[in-house]
Amino acid sequence: MAKKEHWENTTDPHLLYTEEAQAETSTTQAAPTPEKKPDYKIIGKPTARIDGPKIVTGKAPFIDDIKLRGMLVGKILRSPHPHAEIVSIDLSKAKSLRGVKAVIGLDSEKAQYIGNRVAAVVAVDEQTAQQALKLIEVMYKPLPYVVSVEKSREEGAPQVHEAKPNVENIRDEKRGDVELGFKEADVVLERTYKTAIEIHHPAETHGSIAKWEGDQLIVWDSTQGIHSVRDGLARSLEIPAGHVTVIKRYMGGGFGSKLGLNAHTVIAAMLAKQTGKPVKIMLTRKENALCVGNRPTSLQTYRGGVKKDGTLVALTLTNYTTGGINRGDRCSEPLLDVYRCPNLHVKEYTVYTNLGGSRATRAPGHVQGTFGLEGFLDELANEIGMDPLELRKKNYTTKNRGDTGFPYSSKGLDKCYELGAETIGWHRRNKTPGEGQGKIRQGLGMASQIWWGAGVPGTLADVKLYPDGSVDVICGTQDIGCGTRTHMAVVTAEALGLEPNDITVKLGNSDYPYAPSSGGSQTTPSVAPAVRDASLKAVDHLKELAAKKFKVSAHDILYKDKNFTDRNNPENTIAFGELAKDLRRETVFHGERKGMPDGFAYNTFGAHFVEVEVDTETGQIKVLKVVAAHDSGQIINTKTAESQVIGGVTQGVSTALFEQRIVDATTGTLVNPNWRDYKIATSMDIPEIIPIFVDVDDPRINILGTKGLGEPPRIPIAAAIGNAVYNAIGVQVREIPMTPDKVLKALKPKEVSS
Amino acid sequence: MGTNQNKQGKSFTRRDFLKGFGGGAIGVAVVPKILAQETASMETKKGKIPVYAKKQVTLTVNGEKYSLVVEPRETLLDVLRENLNLTGTKKTCNQGECGGCTVLLDGEPVYSCLYLAIRADGKDIRTVEGLAEKENLHPVQQAFIDTDAYQCGFCAPGFIMSTVGFLETHRNSPPMMNLDLEEIKKALSGNICRCGNYDHIYKAVSEAAKKMGRS
Repeated sequence: MAKKEHWENTTDPHLLYTEEAQAETSTTQAAPTPEKKPDYKIIGKPTARIDGPKIVTGKAPFIDDIKLRGMLVGKILRSPHPHAEIVSIDLSKAKSLRGVKAVIGLDSEKAQYIGNRVAAVVAVDEQTAQQALKLIEVMYKPLPYVVSVEKSREEGAPQVHEAKPNVENIRDEKRGDVELGFKEADVVLERTYKTAIEIHHPAETHGSIAKWEGDQLIVWDSTQGIHSVRDGLARSLEIPAGHVTVIKRYMGGGFGSKLGLNAHTVIAAMLAKQTGKPVKIMLTRKENALCVGNRPTSLQTYRGGVKKDGTLVALTLTNYTTGGINRGDRCSEPLLDVYRCPNLHVKEYTVYTNLGGSRATRAPGHVQGTFGLEGFLDELANEIGMDPLELRKKNYTTKNRGDTGFPYSSKGLDKCYELGAETIGWHRRNKTPGEGQGKIRQGLGMASQIWWGAGVPGTLADVKLYPDGSVDVICGTQDIGCGTRTHMAVVTAEALGLEPNDITVKLGNSDYPYAPSSGGSQTTPSVAPAVRDASLKAVDHLKELAAKKFKVSAHDILYKDKNFTDRNNPENTIAFGELAKDLRRETVFHGERKGMPDGFAYNTFGAHFVEVEVDTETGQIKVLKVVAAHDSGQIINTKTAESQVIGGVTQGVSTALFEQRIVDATTGTLVNPNWRDYKIATSMDIPEIIPIFVDVDDPRINILGTKGLGEPPRIPIAAAIGNAVYNAIGVQVREIPMTPDKVLKALKPKEVSS
Repeated sequence: MGTNQNKQGKSFTRRDFLKGFGGGAIGVAVVPKILAQETASMETKKGKIPVYAKKQVTLTVNGEKYSLVVEPRETLLDVLRENLNLTGTKKTCNQGECGGCTVLLDGEPVYSCLYLAIRADGKDIRTVEGLAEKENLHPVQQAFIDTDAYQCGFCAPGFIMSTVGFLETHRNSPPMMNLDLEEIKKALSGNICRCGNYDHIYKAVSEAAKKMGRS
């Protein structure tokens, strides 16, 4: 039996994101020699994805498209109770069904939420496996449970975890003297903001195939982290890491829910071992809603003091967050970091409930925290009659931790403000929120963004040259839809003076050189510098070969237009393809993403500007236009970068207006575990989106000066929409999703008083 | 969402689809006619349910004729993916909510996850595998690459088939050269892209329309 405690290495959503990301900034490795920003031919330009033809012809293999000889289908039985003791499991009837190859109990003594795994079957086909699940007889002893955050906080509430209380403090951080700060304030305000649970719901549900070849395990997984799945499997199955290979070919989205090892992957490996056949387990849409993560709620109460000139003098935040059986998200990071405020106190608590556990969800904590903080800043600005953008500029920082920490290695937020405001036409906003008249009211709003996204030092990549002139670039990373395949080809082609389509990209295999999981906006700033390092070494080697041929020094060799030329005797020239023959054998060049100098903070920044229209009779919000300005350093491929921004904005519109997991407060049953009742923005809801990338050099962060872009466009959008709605109707809707009922409720007291 | 009533006759929205295929229409009127004989019955917790015999069907898929024996419960999606190994058509929600499994049936887009294979007997089916002619991509496929109209790519086959269906049946109405954005949005409202790349998908549709309008 596999070691249960290692089955899912996703219990702490912050481990894979924030702490790892923070750790990056304190590396002691030597600083890279900054490369003078070259005049790139391909990097920073639009390049079509190299896997395009495979995707658009349907030939790209996703997990459910992979068919192995003799492959069986596995299914998992899940608890119908939110909290129950598993008294006994009778597998005999299921085992005797024709076509069933194995049935196993899953070593659980207790079910902690509806959807908790209990047993698993493997059969010749899905239909048979499904039938067998119904034949497993489980005797449950229902236990007291709690599914509402409010009730879980009450004294005497049923305890979710035996070893810990339902409410735990997850952050208590102070700077300055808050009480003193409030005394200096001209205006003090207190407001509470609330965010709902979102579900990742990637298009491709979670799925894995496991196959044993002797004592070697091969797993095809829809994952954001082949190396972390490899290590997790080895730990769970108690086999050496080197006996496991994890392959990710194409995967249909993850957004954080596929960062680590999943229980179904371990189960597939166990069933494959037991039956001697490859086993596939694909989760259903409902299982995706129940068991593989969600974005925690937040209930954020801000108290803030501001001077009439816009100086922030004191801010406090108390937040209650729930991630079901897992920890909630710390939401205070933007508050602690991005604006100058000398006096600050943050207290955050997680509240456990008997519901499916959270996992990192694209910008965990920052999406919720930014919605609260940026909404609150607009309310403060309104109290002192100040332009909300001016308030942000007034409290601008050049050092982290509210101007008390390290200087930012680069910070283009000011440029984002400038270009964003100009593009949206910021002067058009209502000078007083809600000053417009009529049934349909327009408004403009904005919000700032901060995130990590420096990348992970120690990431490795190889470039392999063959004597026939062909080139491989190899890295154990994974393309989760961000265009990593293409980015690797772009960076290699740039250095080698070739075209992206000339490069063979090899990724998605844990036997390849190490790269981190694709989360936290760290893939491109980890992988691209490593690939460039390897590519430059390859070019240097070719120059040496040419120098040898022409009996000159390598310094005298120029490489241009696929020709190596002696600068002193230009008739001495040889084409890339010809020179490659002199390699005689395939030659590998190892590249590494080096460390960053200490004493700096490495962050990404951005600002979104939004125009909305609100129907004051129906409460319906229509987002008309979004200008998304981002400082993510050197962009590798503007085509895929634009997609990344458009996608982040679209998901944020969906968060702001529609998405919420709905749970029956009495039974704990998820009432919208599908794509019809769980509302997701579709084509009719999408505004005009204008991505802007500001040009900011970062000479320290890595040899390309590139920063991440995965989470940034997801972070400020809901807050900016909220502020635009505030500007349109004059009241802040302090809860997402901002469904029509909440808009009407927010409008009501105002109508009465006026 | 995405429920604006569609006034342009044939353009296809999620709601229209659900109207046409949901409810009792199939259950009451269509099923008995197309199903093979009831051969047995099976006891279940919810009472007796009929078991129907397998049935032979002939499907023309991407121009090739296939004679297959299928169970009446099998969806067109499963038969395409499992029996014909045409895995380009994706199973995403498997209950008619997202359009990831869209194929063209006699030229009209349908959700293959809600369409029983036996009902497709004698019909002409086009899947994403049937669009390109050898190395030459269909203009819609090329436009999806050129405009970067997908991210993870899982929903792309469904979007491409909806677009092909929309553009081919609307060759001249409205004029292809200047399709209105609202018209494009409506045509795509039966498909979900979870990565949220709609803005680029609109561009792809518009570019493909221009190319197809010219030819």
